[in-house]
Amino acid sequence: MSIGVLALQGDYDAHARMVERCGTTAQRVRCPQELKRVSGLIIPGGESTTIGKLIDRWGLHEPLLERARQGMPIWGTCAGLILLARRVEGSDQYRMGLLDVTVRRNAFGRQIDSFETDLPIRGFPGGPIRAVFIRAPLIIEVGPEAEALCETDAGVVMVRQGNLWGTSFHPELTDDCRMHRAFIELARG
Amino acid sequence: MERSTWRTKVGLAEMLKGGVIMDVTSAEQAKIAEDAGAEAVMALERVPAQIRAEGGVARMADLEKIAEIQEAVTIPVMAKARIGHFVEAQILQAMKVDYIDESEVLTPADEEHHIDKHAFEVPFVCGARDLGEALRRCGEGAAMIRTKGEAGTGNIVEAVRHMRKVMSQIRWVQSLRADELMAASKQLQAPYELVREVHESGRLPVPNFAAGGIATPADAALMMQLGAEAVFVGSGIFLSEDPAKRAKAIVDAVTFHDDPERLVAVTKGLAGAMPSLDIRKLDESELMAPRGW
Repeated sequence: MSIGVLALQGDYDAHARMVERCGTTAQRVRCPQELKRVSGLIIPGGESTTIGKLIDRWGLHEPLLERARQGMPIWGTCAGLILLARRVEGSDQYRMGLLDVTVRRNAFGRQIDSFETDLPIRGFPGGPIRAVFIRAPLIIEVGPEAEALCETDAGVVMVRQGNLWGTSFHPELTDDCRMHRAFIELARG
Repeated sequence: MERSTWRTKVGLAEMLKGGVIMDVTSAEQAKIAEDAGAEAVMALERVPAQIRAEGGVARMADLEKIAEIQEAVTIPVMAKARIGHFVEAQILQAMKVDYIDESEVLTPADEEHHIDKHAFEVPFVCGARDLGEALRRCGEGAAMIRTKGEAGTGNIVEAVRHMRKVMSQIRWVQSLRADELMAASKQLQAPYELVREVHESGRLPVPNFAAGGIATPADAALMMQLGAEAVFVGSGIFLSEDPAKRAKAIVDAVTFHDDPERLVAVTKGLAGAMPSLDIRKLDESELMAPRGW
């Protein structure tokens, strides 16, 4: 079994290192053929507009939706969350439109406002996780299909909807593998 | 909650892997770059080839220009400060640029000292020609390293030299015994703790990007195959004959840098590259890479 990491642009390296630290093969995904081989997909942080253009340019849109419909787990972090969302506030940029949420881009400000903090996630054992926010988005509305799992003072920063996860923050930039382990377990089914 | 930590600084560099950071000199160019798939832009008054041609002291860009570019795009906006000019850096930080390039493309303000980058909340990228220089900059707090190359020439030869040097010195450090690392640190003129880190990880402590002389999709792919994790393109886009098309082609060449068939598809039919220079014919005093140490 291997976990795919969408490797068009962004921090795919950091995710791949985490997946491999958990003892699972990480497969870089840049085109539809590479997507066929994976049991779960992580959409990394990066620039959501850039990654969105490249998803479209390299014919990944339909194959991604098809795998999602078949129930493949997909986890989007930061830009990945924006790409999974149905609604992006004030923007018509590319999105997959899967997660029933509205996100606000760069909701915390520019890079200088980036921060890290400890956050508990509901239903997630082992205590709070270190959450790193980098030019991060915020989930400003959670629709009936999605479930909020984690908040900061500013609002919701993690949701789950069936096999889809979306986080505003970057567990892959810490030494804590717990979320990656949980995602791999989900993909193993 | 901690703001602007080492993790958030290096983290933004991690977010910029696998893409292209483009030099722009107006809001209009910034939009063209963003639409072509740039992951970030470098806000400048003049691109390096123009700085080279016009001569004189090259300084931090006009702040109105930077603000105009910040308004125009949603991707990160970087800006350059002169080597050692920590007040230009303070001003750029107050402008809330997303990254500062302490850059040899501008005229150095200090020939002895680089900026103490740990003292800032905004992250910095610095140029390097070899592993020692890269680790000295990391020691001062750079959260991203790029090759210096020879900016504004459209000639990739120096960037290739610098990337090969860094990568081969990393392999050398990896191959050493633990008790040889102090001598290596002395030889590289680099902080011992960072040499040890490279010995253990087999990579730089921060992301390792390419810059300086990239003019074609093939140049960008070459740097990626040599070990770069992303590329900066300075004069190569907006001094070429069809900037929008070239920008898109370079983005695609970075994504599929190891796939020659796709490189054919993205390269075919491109209009002319930027005007270029033979670096061997430049006077010593015209070279930018030896600025800083």
